[in-house]
Amino acid sequence: MQVHRVSRQYVIRKILIMIPSLLGISVVLFALLALAPGDPFDELATNPAVPPEVRAALRAKFGLDDPVWMRYWHWLIALLQGDWGFSFVSRMDVSTLIMQRLPVTLIVIGASQILAILIAIPVGVLAATRPYSLFDQIANTFAFIGFSLPTFFTGLVLILVFSIQLDWLPFVYRADIAATGWEFYWEHIKQSIMPVAVLGLFQGAALVRFVRSSVLDVIRLDYVTTARSKGIGERKVITRHVVRTALIPVVTLVALQMPIVFSGAIVTEQIFRVPGIGSLLISSMLANDTPVVMGVTFVSACLVVIFNLIADILYGWLDPRIAFR
Amino acid sequence: MKERELRGLVGKVKAGKLSRRGFVQAMMAVGIGAPAASQILLSSGVAMAQSPSTYKPTKRGGGGPLKLLWWQGPTLLNPHFAVGTKDQDGSRLFYEPLAAWDPDGNLKPKLAAEIPTKENGGLSADGLTVTWKLKQGVTWHDGKPFTADDVVFNWEYAKDPATAAYTIASYQDVMVAKVDQYTVTVKFKKPTPFWADAFVGTRGMLIPKHLFADYIGAKSRDAPTNLKPVGTGPYMFKDFKPGDLVTGVMNPNYHQANKPYFDSVEMKGGGDAVSAARAVLQTGEFDFAWNLQVEDEILSRLEKGGKGSVSVTPGGNIEFLLLNTTDPWTEVDGERSSLKTKHPTLSDPEVRKAIALLVDNKSIQDHIYGRTGPATRNFLYGPPRFDSKNNPIEFNVDKANDILEKAGWKKGADGIRAKDGKKLKFVYQTSINQPRQKTQAIIKQAAQKAGIDIELKSVTASVFFSSDVANPDTYTKFYTDLEMYTTTMGQPDPGTHMLQFVSTEAATKANKWQGRNITRWQSPEADKLYRETEAELDPVKRAASFIKLNDLAIQNQIVMGIVQRPTVSARTAKLNCNISGWDNNTSDLSDWFKDA
Repeated sequence: MQVHRVSRQYVIRKILIMIPSLLGISVVLFALLALAPGDPFDELATNPAVPPEVRAALRAKFGLDDPVWMRYWHWLIALLQGDWGFSFVSRMDVSTLIMQRLPVTLIVIGASQILAILIAIPVGVLAATRPYSLFDQIANTFAFIGFSLPTFFTGLVLILVFSIQLDWLPFVYRADIAATGWEFYWEHIKQSIMPVAVLGLFQGAALVRFVRSSVLDVIRLDYVTTARSKGIGERKVITRHVVRTALIPVVTLVALQMPIVFSGAIVTEQIFRVPGIGSLLISSMLANDTPVVMGVTFVSACLVVIFNLIADILYGWLDPRIAFR
Repeated sequence: MKERELRGLVGKVKAGKLSRRGFVQAMMAVGIGAPAASQILLSSGVAMAQSPSTYKPTKRGGGGPLKLLWWQGPTLLNPHFAVGTKDQDGSRLFYEPLAAWDPDGNLKPKLAAEIPTKENGGLSADGLTVTWKLKQGVTWHDGKPFTADDVVFNWEYAKDPATAAYTIASYQDVMVAKVDQYTVTVKFKKPTPFWADAFVGTRGMLIPKHLFADYIGAKSRDAPTNLKPVGTGPYMFKDFKPGDLVTGVMNPNYHQANKPYFDSVEMKGGGDAVSAARAVLQTGEFDFAWNLQVEDEILSRLEKGGKGSVSVTPGGNIEFLLLNTTDPWTEVDGERSSLKTKHPTLSDPEVRKAIALLVDNKSIQDHIYGRTGPATRNFLYGPPRFDSKNNPIEFNVDKANDILEKAGWKKGADGIRAKDGKKLKFVYQTSINQPRQKTQAIIKQAAQKAGIDIELKSVTASVFFSSDVANPDTYTKFYTDLEMYTTTMGQPDPGTHMLQFVSTEAATKANKWQGRNITRWQSPEADKLYRETEAELDPVKRAASFIKLNDLAIQNQIVMGIVQRPTVSARTAKLNCNISGWDNNTSDLSDWFKDA
């Protein structure tokens, strides 16, 4: 197979386009957060024991009294120097907070993405090769149920069954487990099973439908019939000729989903108390800790843009029919 | 019981004619709770009996890990910056004050050698000086000794406005001085009846001078110890992930013998209250869960498994109804609910009386809050020594109708009462919160039967409780006729709590609606009572003034208590812990243990 060369010019142009779009995103995010009601030091105002001067001093200290455009400018300059800001609430660097949460997020959400892919590809392909068979019907039904049920519901059901009724699995995720060796890994696996299953099955269900329709599109094409008529075995036709082509859009889809791995899954993290980026984001929002919200959302936005580019390039690399100009 | 009789009894105890227990029982008989009684004895110069310790372990450690579940995890661990209970509770694993409040609202020494009293010379007769004797031989977790210098430093640190400490109010108006290595004095500018504020309880936790001395004032946020506490408490810091986890290990040099019992402690955050209750009551994954704002019905169901129990700790927090004294619908000088106006219909005392008869506290308790919200009409109900017995709950729609009819409010064709063209139509606001919406519905229904039309309004909590001066829907602006929320009482002294009724505290545009008097009630009588409490050093007389002030507000229907909001927590069956409604949940952590 000839590897299609992605022109360097194309990549450079794409990267140059990224810069204004990221700037635009940051302006919109910053403006939205500045316009949103609430103030990180609100809790002080309702507390009779804290005199208003303290609140005023804090606002001044964290630069909240400056006009929005000036705050944005300070933020941008700091960002360019690698400073993500300082959390109002925790009084530590935003980058430290994000880095604390990152490993757990990558492990849990990453594992669920892998689970989703591992389920979706074989099931989707099998279902498409035997359309409207019993297997296809069952797979379809489960896929529908899977992506119709919200994660907070499946999460609760799993907790009720496996934690409360059967008492097999813990439902509170703990990032630091006081154990070593095998027990350490075993405990981690045990506590990850439910959150990974909930997320993996949810995303897998949607992906099954996608894989199935993509394979169905390809399987009817003439070149597949040609391959079959040449006497190539059915198995080889599917794996070599059909799946390879059919998975091109799936790869794009998965690449575009990668930023999600970073930004976490707010609901599932909340249910299982997984200390991931999603729960950091939601608690920072509730506490009006704007620097953290800004940091997390902006990193997500960057990743979306970057993975879009990666998806574009991958697409061209996998599918020689696409031309880059 | 009259003040004179009370004094007679106190005299008998002093002379040894009446036992402490006998005194407490006599007080109970007239409806004064044990804590109130012992406070009365204490302030009258009879030494406070330390509540007998229930701590059983005979050696330090060996209890395994203690797992605490806070559904909102601590986000910072410097007690001077800890505004929320979650942060204070987390800091309290490592830091201690001179004295803590026990569940009865009495002081228990922590880093103090003894509680100051008039007898031991700790309290001066003029109410201007408190002398604290510090416990000797206490060391910080890094081995440095704890001395009077540390105490004085905490005062200097917190009172500096540039430090922006949340504890500033407890320290800015006092003078603290070192007498010797283990003695400090706290001096007040004027006689101060409530002296146990600085260095006590939630805002009294002490940080070490040797680690914070370089980070006083504007540099306060850069102190590395902000995130790695070094205290004197029963557990030593191990790890901290904001909002997620705080861990600590047993302090082998803790200053109390045989304590603590547990080898390590972890405080996990995140999630929601219901599942936190589950993790303690149903699966036993955790030993203790905090602040379970969950319907009592659900809690009772979870409790059935027998793995743990729910405890309800009384405090002073009150869910209450406010009746606007000003007119929320007329704008004067750029503000509604201005002091220059009078409410068009609520200014009629008969209307207020009728509304009071339409609040069905009992049903609200029975159908909504259960154990987690005992009904009360008082605004001030705790500690029990301040709980007035003069405000029975009366719910009577017929009587309300009668009163309105007699006062000339006649029902119109639409069933709504009116007089001189003014209709009894009110807007009643609160924050979005299911129990609150249910309460609103109960009150609206009763009002309808009496010909009063109530329009319900609910505002997102983050807006309602914000101090955004541009937003008309905040609770302090009170741009409606009626509103309801919970006000918290962080200390067993009602001084700040009762500012609600002081004229000069009215929330207005001039003070950016930061005054504590939300109803804007202007009453010379209430002001006089409040001034009395500020100067009165005799706790008995002072309590009487607070009770009168509460009664005045309730009987004029300025506010109306709906339900008490005690602290609700869950613990596993074997865990022994004393939770105080007047201090942090973890204030007595050194004494927690599990039955073998």
